[in-house]
Amino acid sequence: FRAVPDDGGLVDADEDKDIKTEASNDSWGNNNANDGRLLSPSPGSSASAGSNKSAAGASEEQQTLLAVLQFLRKNKLTESVEILRREAGLPEDSLEPKGAESSGAGSGGASGGVDLEGGDASSLLTAGEDQPDVNVVLSAYSQQGDPALYEVYYSGLKRFIESVLDCHRAELSQVFYPLFVHMYLELVYNNHESEAKAFFEKFSGDQECYYEDDLRVLSSLTKKEHMRGNETLLDFRTSKFVLRISRDSYQLLKRHLQERQNNQIWNIIQEHLYIDIFDGMPRSKSQIDAMSGSLAGEAKREANKAKVYYGLLKEPEIELPLDDEDEEAENEEGKPKKKKPKKDSLGSKSKKQDPNAPSQNRIPLPELKDSDKLDKIMYMKEATKRIRLGPDNLPSICFYSFLNAYQGLTAVDFTDDSSLIAGGFADSTVRVWSVTPKKLRKVKSAADLNLIDKESDDVLERIMDEKTASESKILCGHSGPVYGISFSPDRNYLLSSSEDGTVRLWSLQTFTCLVGYKGHNYPVWDTQFSPHGYYFVSGGHDRVARLWATDHYQPLRMFSGHLADVTCTRFHPNSNYVATGSSDRTIRLWDVLNGNCVRIFTGHKGPIHALAFSPNGKFLASGATDGRVLLWDIGHGLMVGELKGHTDTIYSLRFSRDGEILASGSMDNTVRLWDATKAFDDLETDDFTAATGHIHLQDNSQELLLGTYMTKSTPVIHLHFTRRNLLLAAGAYNP
Amino acid sequence: PHTEMADREERRFAEISRESVKFMAESTGVELGDDVAGLLAEDVCYRLREATQSSSQFMRHAKRRKLTVEDFNRALHWSNVEAICGYGAQDTLPFRSAKEGELFFIEDRDINLVELALATNIPKGCAETMVRVNVSYMDGKGNLEPQGTVPSAVQSLSDDLLKYYQQITRAILGEDPHLMKVALLDLQSNAKIAALLPYFVYVISGVKSVSHDLEQLNRLLHMVKSLVQNPYLYLGSYIRSLVSSVMYCILEPLAASINPLNDHWTLRDYAALLLSHIFWTHGDLVSGLYHQILVSLQKVLSDPVRPLCSHYGAVVGLHALGWKAVERVLFPHLPAYWANLQAVLDDYSVSNAQVKADGHKVYGAILVAVERLLKMKALSLSQQSDGGSSGQTGFAGGSICYRVSSPGLSPPPEPLSEATLGIASHLQAGGAGCPLEEWTPVPLPAMYCELYSFFGDSLAVRFSTGPGDARKEPPGPTSNPDTTRKMPQLTANLNISPRHDGSPRTDPTPPSLAATGSGRSLTRSCSSSSSVQRSRSSSRSGQRSAGLSRDVFPKARFTSSQTGPPAFSFLIGGRQMGLRCQGRRPFQTNFAPTPPLSAVPPRAYAHKLPVIGRVGKPVRRWACSHYSLHLPL
Repeated sequence: FRAVPDDGGLVDADEDKDIKTEASNDSWGNNNANDGRLLSPSPGSSASAGSNKSAAGASEEQQTLLAVLQFLRKNKLTESVEILRREAGLPEDSLEPKGAESSGAGSGGASGGVDLEGGDASSLLTAGEDQPDVNVVLSAYSQQGDPALYEVYYSGLKRFIESVLDCHRAELSQVFYPLFVHMYLELVYNNHESEAKAFFEKFSGDQECYYEDDLRVLSSLTKKEHMRGNETLLDFRTSKFVLRISRDSYQLLKRHLQERQNNQIWNIIQEHLYIDIFDGMPRSKSQIDAMSGSLAGEAKREANKAKVYYGLLKEPEIELPLDDEDEEAENEEGKPKKKKPKKDSLGSKSKKQDPNAPSQNRIPLPELKDSDKLDKIMYMKEATKRIRLGPDNLPSICFYSFLNAYQGLTAVDFTDDSSLIAGGFADSTVRVWSVTPKKLRKVKSAADLNLIDKESDDVLERIMDEKTASESKILCGHSGPVYGISFSPDRNYLLSSSEDGTVRLWSLQTFTCLVGYKGHNYPVWDTQFSPHGYYFVSGGHDRVARLWATDHYQPLRMFSGHLADVTCTRFHPNSNYVATGSSDRTIRLWDVLNGNCVRIFTGHKGPIHALAFSPNGKFLASGATDGRVLLWDIGHGLMVGELKGHTDTIYSLRFSRDGEILASGSMDNTVRLWDATKAFDDLETDDFTAATGHIHLQDNSQELLLGTYMTKSTPVIHLHFTRRNLLLAAGAYNP
Repeated sequence: PHTEMADREERRFAEISRESVKFMAESTGVELGDDVAGLLAEDVCYRLREATQSSSQFMRHAKRRKLTVEDFNRALHWSNVEAICGYGAQDTLPFRSAKEGELFFIEDRDINLVELALATNIPKGCAETMVRVNVSYMDGKGNLEPQGTVPSAVQSLSDDLLKYYQQITRAILGEDPHLMKVALLDLQSNAKIAALLPYFVYVISGVKSVSHDLEQLNRLLHMVKSLVQNPYLYLGSYIRSLVSSVMYCILEPLAASINPLNDHWTLRDYAALLLSHIFWTHGDLVSGLYHQILVSLQKVLSDPVRPLCSHYGAVVGLHALGWKAVERVLFPHLPAYWANLQAVLDDYSVSNAQVKADGHKVYGAILVAVERLLKMKALSLSQQSDGGSSGQTGFAGGSICYRVSSPGLSPPPEPLSEATLGIASHLQAGGAGCPLEEWTPVPLPAMYCELYSFFGDSLAVRFSTGPGDARKEPPGPTSNPDTTRKMPQLTANLNISPRHDGSPRTDPTPPSLAATGSGRSLTRSCSSSSSVQRSRSSSRSGQRSAGLSRDVFPKARFTSSQTGPPAFSFLIGGRQMGLRCQGRRPFQTNFAPTPPLSAVPPRAYAHKLPVIGRVGKPVRRWACSHYSLHLPL
């Protein structure tokens, strides 16, 4: 794919965008291909996954491939034709239309590559339909109205909306912003520069304050030439601005515009706005404000209708070894008795199948290794010692300060068992520290490994090179700031994503880089391992989130739909879903199985920088530059809470292990603890809430805020609850 | 039209004027028309805003508040514009205006790389990035006051903790010694008292208000020790407060020392020991603390107005901080100090008796300190010449002293040796820009000569390997590889050795001691009586150690002539000789054996000299009492 000798990254990105739109719009053809690539963990089985598909699927694949080849040939890209043909293992004469020969498509990796190109090709072949070709997009503005009348139209509408009944006014006021933007852009596009400026100056003050950032971008844009290549603008144009308006209010507006013969505005509403009409009471100003603020309006109601299996997967049954008897003997009489029922309830809970849980094999997950089982046992043991938190029993907080981090700390992660801490730095390095007295050791060199008695019981200990033991290790390899890091659940790997456009996989056995995953081509803002390992997600400046498997160098899924950078990514605890936050101020939930977007949450007024799923999988918390934490019910697709208190960007959110406490860490040098139990307590949902998109939001942030904890001029950029519910926070001291 | 509009428009953005564009074009040799320049200016402004907007994204993801040149360059990079070089400096760029014409520019000076490379003020290397953890908030409640201030409300603690705090402080400061021991023991091992740390530190800082009460001071010091030894506590910057309390006990005149019957000397010794212990275990917590302490010790020492007991404290403090500290501070200061001390010691008037007794204390402490200095220096030198690394030096030193000070015990010496190194390197690192006096290491022979000129043969006893070769090779013992094992006898008197962590003196001060001390000082001039007394005390301690040390002690090396009682007479001789004893050559004194004393085991002999400064108290007794404190009761 990258062999296409075209002019550089920009085109690549554009093509990527095509793919993503493809993935979300065109449902089956591409997604089938995707399914084939979502492989079970062993690379060997990839071939079988491919062959499992029906013959029809295979021939379809073949056909797409041929189509791509033909396209390339048509464009005289002979070199690429040759490379692609060789990679796909097609005979030289294969371009001549011929029966589809199932040639097995080589290795798993190669077939993945072909799949990707298949997706790409179909989008190219259907070009023009949904492709944001800049000229096509903008030419929609070419319709000429009298520029002098724009102000009249707008102020006429304004007068009308100000005169309607209070209950409708708030709803109808929603159209101001999109109308204003589109009218302004039309003026600019048609070279009415001075009118555009006047229009902007006159009406920009009326817009809601949370659009300030977008207005600033808009105001600097005064020439038609500037409109090309302005991403914000293209987004605005390509996606319809979504408004939710009650039927009554909509009728009111429609009647008014038709009476006045105000075609200019009516056209804009028809073409660039999507009005989601609902039956019922009009919403109030505060209700609307709660949900608006994103780049492209609210989410359509259908967007949040899909069923989401938010339940947790059944825990694998692992027999607890009985070696903790001696431990219990040490305790006083009463304690073991107390413990036992707890353990049972914990066990029984996981054995029952949650009706909201996805089936166990909905997506293939890696099998547990012995070491994973051991870790699970450790986890359960620790869980029995877990402190139950609550408003009266707040967690202790340990702060990990990065000192002398002159190079700029940009990301932090802890392992689940809190034994390692890693920091990503702006100088392109990743540093790993051992938090426990156990030092970090590398595996011995190959020559030395040969000398080891492989039969010995402590072979795992013997392979480690004691000479390399140190408290920290530095991983070098990136060529730009590291923006996201994530430990694998088994603590053997570390992922890092960087400005250089790559995600790297590091081994924590050898402390070397194993793979560089290329595909984003633009800065990758965040990455995270799936809670079950093997898969990981990444998101970046190219507005796409990608799902990868560690043993595939190509992504398995591309989640596209965000209108601006994907700033943060999170896996759902059951690994079936991925949440992404974006600087388009929306949060999207994606289904890993089919790549569909199943939820769109709007309401933040700034780029989202932190996401956290509640441990039961039901809720999502999000934090943004606006300093607010919003809580979402995933199953119902509703906003269920708003936590105000922080005064600066929230960079980290974490639920306690049992979900009773939500901790948020911010740039304002505080950690705040919120009463999550109370926030999620008896939520009432009905039809109306579905229409408004949120439940009745009480302004109870102060009640829910359990504590505010200051650091010493140290922004909190990561939070982590240990298995016993001790809260760890991390940040770089900023003197 | 452009200018009109620009004037009219509210200035929301920095703008580049047409004139600027023209100037820039001219500088590259292009003539631009007004229209073109205007268009260009507008476009440049737009592009700049665009780049600024996208650069803010890099700032946000780097979790910073400040937009850097680097962020901007990244934004340029991703919009396929070449990066701008030369503005990445951390310092603010000076913005200047040219005199003729309204031209503003950023001063962009040429940097002479050669000059930079050859510059002597090499920037200090950045310290290593590291992670430090501290418990910020216990159970959601924390010390909200900024650290270092005095906690005001004990009420913010949970009831249990509050009760614990009250019980512990009451027990420690109360009358019942048994209760105190229990309390100290718990303080030393309790894992849950982190939240109380500031309160305890506050209590300890109360040393200043009880300076009349030795007993209380002692108890507070014990509290320090327990806190320091508690493995669950992270002392953080509280170390500073603790150290200042300890320093108070070491250095201040103390109301208690007005009464000569009070044995404040032991308290100072103990505090010094504690200080060193804090350093070996927690010295890394506060950077520069070591250096600061050296400076304050030096200040006290060089202040003639201060009473002798303060000087004594400074000397034992330095000694406790290690031989390098002695070499660094005490040794260079000795010539100046000597004159003052000698004046005190030479005044035989009755009114001066008390001061003189104090003077002897100081004298003894100095002697002990410099003797160890000589020995350790010799040892380190010999090890270096043996090809041993400095690490081994430290190790050997540590182990030696360790064996010396607690012959009966054997905790692992490793951490101690590490600590030795740590301090040593500290000292070197602190060299730059320190307010300490200029200091150049003195070669060992010169040092020895100088010290000998002060102390005369009382010093020689320590080093002598026999007359003759000593001059050329003062560190005689080290030439023999066995000497590390023999050193204990030589330095057994170093009872404030820093490695002596495990057994500081809890001093059940024998009531007789103070009396003996003063009595001795009164009879100072009479050598026979004091030597008899000394022999008594030394034989006492000798008896306990004889069994242990006699086997390893090479009798042949300590000939009877050396085991004689020269200590006393030569001490006086040394002093009376004055500063420079040109006439006498070291190690040529013939020691006249005194029959009754020759029976004293050599080990005991080693205890003799410090007796001048220190009351010969039974070392084992405090060791024992100390351990009784630590045994599970």
